[in-house]
Amino acid sequence: MEVIMFWILAVIIVASAIATVFSKNIIYSAFSLLFSFLGVAGIYAMLSADFLAVTQIMVYVGGILTLLLFGVMLTNRITTMSLKTDVFNFIPGLIIAAVMLGSLLYVIWVTGTWAKHSPAVWDTTVESIGTLTITQYLLPFEMVAIILLVAVVGASYIARKDKQNIKS
Amino acid sequence: MHDLVLKTLGIGDLLAWLGVPDGSLVYPIVASVFPLIFLILFALLAVYAERKVSAFIQNRLGPMETGPWGLFQTVADILKLIQKEDITPTASDKILFFVAPVLVFTGTYASLAVLPWSNGFVGADLNVGIFYLLAISSLVVAGLLMAGWGSNNKWSLYGAVRSTAQIISYEIPAGLAVLTAIVTTGTLNMTGIIQQQEGLFFGYLFASPFLFVAFIIYLIASLAEVNRTPFDLPEAESELVGGYHTEYSGMKFAMFFLSEYGNMFVVSAIAVSVFLGGWLTPWGTVPSYGMGFFWILVKSLFFVFFQMWLRWTLPRFRVDQLMYLCWKVLIPIAFACLIGQAAWVVYL
Repeated sequence: MEVIMFWILAVIIVASAIATVFSKNIIYSAFSLLFSFLGVAGIYAMLSADFLAVTQIMVYVGGILTLLLFGVMLTNRITTMSLKTDVFNFIPGLIIAAVMLGSLLYVIWVTGTWAKHSPAVWDTTVESIGTLTITQYLLPFEMVAIILLVAVVGASYIARKDKQNIKS
Repeated sequence: MHDLVLKTLGIGDLLAWLGVPDGSLVYPIVASVFPLIFLILFALLAVYAERKVSAFIQNRLGPMETGPWGLFQTVADILKLIQKEDITPTASDKILFFVAPVLVFTGTYASLAVLPWSNGFVGADLNVGIFYLLAISSLVVAGLLMAGWGSNNKWSLYGAVRSTAQIISYEIPAGLAVLTAIVTTGTLNMTGIIQQQEGLFFGYLFASPFLFVAFIIYLIASLAEVNRTPFDLPEAESELVGGYHTEYSGMKFAMFFLSEYGNMFVVSAIAVSVFLGGWLTPWGTVPSYGMGFFWILVKSLFFVFFQMWLRWTLPRFRVDQLMYLCWKVLIPIAFACLIGQAAWVVYL
């Protein structure tokens, strides 16, 4: 059962990721990304990381993807422009891909036995995540908060500048 | 947990009698069909109720011809929708146009999975239940954008973009209001949230002033999330024809309609579960299975009625008023509630 579910999810993720990259239509790319995100959330859920799975949906589908779609739809004349899915920077791209593949294969090679996930660990992960964020990982957590605050201030600054120009 | 659902409904015994072995796939399938049937029956009655409520508010009779007091009007409507030709506009994006209603309905249906129908009567008793409910509504947003874009119609696109902006904005006060209650419960599990409210008169409603304000905020934000008046800008008939579903007809339109009414019930059920004790009795005791279902249904249906009542009473907001209310009124108050409730929990 679990194996079947995994393969269904894997096919969804890979197929929609391929569609995202190769689609000529930017809207199709964005919507295939949706199914890719949902598939990854499904994999998280299968690994008993329920909080992470829901966060994945919340942040990526609810936040980032919607923002992306919104940007696309508000952009002028986006439909008339056809996307170029051509090969650029062939040599650097090849090198990066080779390095990525090499390092992944190395990790697979080095890791002798993979930890088996047992299905009976439906324990609540929320409490431990919460405790860890405000004890062990307090500094990164606060840094993320400050970065987000800076981003919000920056965004409102950019938005406000326009308004003043209109007034004057 | 689906075993319990089936036992409550008496279907489990029936399936066992029919010779379905334990742990077979038939049980979860039947358990997941229950919310679907509930949703369809609810939409059927809610559409009728909406018409009657609107009629009585406007001093009319409403549907009277089809069946006694017009009771079969929605049945006739559904038969009409089924028979209708499935029209796909030539200039539309065929794939997106087809997938959009499915995606919207999936978002609604998926949220029914974690709704607690009664004590121990819940499809999937997730540890992150309420968080899941808040997150899964983003599927509806994606679906609406898909519908708006796929229709290739300016009204549809305006409706979809408005709807998305509105839902995304009002997710924040709704989430903060729910978080105010979560601070008190210390659990994200839907059943756990309800069990924490045992012994309280109307759950968390009168437990603290902050929770009362948070409940009001959630109520307002949930109206915006399901695109109901006074926040029905996405489908404002007088401005946008029909908003994101302008181009849809037949069963595809019916799916939008179904998920719209389903969402009305879902947000009401969330409000009831988080703030009003869910399936607990109003005086805070644990009822039997059947009565638990009765109580959550009565409480949720009251808020569905409340939404209809508002729809035929209040005028529509302007876009700037909508954003003003969300960002400058609801969110600051919601944050104040959250901090206040946190202090209340720690010091009282």
